[in-house]
Amino acid sequence: MAAEGKAIDALSQFELAPVLGIVGDSVGFTQSNAHMLLAVVLITALMVYGMAQRAVIPGRLQALAESAYEFVHGLVTEQVGEEGRKFFPFVFSLFMFVLFGNLLGLLPYAFTFTSHIAVTFGLAFVVFVLITVVALAIHGTKFFGYFFPEGAPIWLAPIIVPVEIVSYLSRPISLSIRLFANMVAGHVMLKVFATFILLIGGLGVIGPFVAVLPLAINVALVGFELLVAFLQAYVFAILTCIYLHDAVHLH
Amino acid sequence: MVERDGFEQRLRDARARQGLDRTKESGQAGLPTGSWGIGFRAGVEVVSALAVGVVAGLLLDRWLGTKPWLFLLFFVLGSAAGVLNVYRLFTPRGRRKG
Repeated sequence: MAAEGKAIDALSQFELAPVLGIVGDSVGFTQSNAHMLLAVVLITALMVYGMAQRAVIPGRLQALAESAYEFVHGLVTEQVGEEGRKFFPFVFSLFMFVLFGNLLGLLPYAFTFTSHIAVTFGLAFVVFVLITVVALAIHGTKFFGYFFPEGAPIWLAPIIVPVEIVSYLSRPISLSIRLFANMVAGHVMLKVFATFILLIGGLGVIGPFVAVLPLAINVALVGFELLVAFLQAYVFAILTCIYLHDAVHLH
Repeated sequence: MVERDGFEQRLRDARARQGLDRTKESGQAGLPTGSWGIGFRAGVEVVSALAVGVVAGLLLDRWLGTKPWLFLLFFVLGSAAGVLNVYRLFTPRGRRKG
């Protein structure tokens, strides 16, 4: 595919294409949306079927569901505190959605919906709106004191306040860019080394032997990408928790 | 229940003996602290703050018709916010006042 033109084509894997024939075409239902739906179905299936038995000694699926629950629960209570429990459903769905998006993208023929800035920025924007609304609901107008630290000399306000506002507004941007850039970089590297295998493999007699090198790199990269998939979902969730902590406690 | 409590206690003791429970020392609020991770985070923080500043400046300029000036001002503000973000990244959250 990529090697046919003897050129490395690492970015076409991120192109959107409509699925479901004429129906998907007319409503703009792409493979990205299909994978989002698949992720939601898989998460729901894991939680519903995993917890259906409610065994004291959990089976494999139940153990997976329980450890995911406890992992996020520990994250929320540790970062936000006890009053953060009411945000657990939000953080849990966010974490599982990002995690399944990252992991599904590693399967052959699958599409990584977290590799699109529109998706990650959408998620980050929801987080941003939530933390702002929560902070306003809990603290009212005292929330605006967040932009001016106590004890600073008042004549510095014209400098500090705009800087703090820009810093606050940059939160959803950095949150979305981090996830998007990690996923894109990983998938581009996988594709580039996979193309090397084909290009080098076609070089006469010694080609197949030399092509083992990029193949080995790709094997290592898949493992590394698995780590990155978990890590980035974790970072997304924990930063959401840190922002929620700031919103609940205002420092 | 009593047996299970006893088991939990023994499990905790055994884990402590083997040093399996890592004490939570990291000041970065449990975030991964690899050199690559920290470097990448710092870069992203600077770039995103700068991007917000530049975009805000350009939009305000177009709205108010003050062509280059607000852009220049917000460019500086964005850089300052980027430095502030990186400073926050390396300041333990407990001691942070500002």
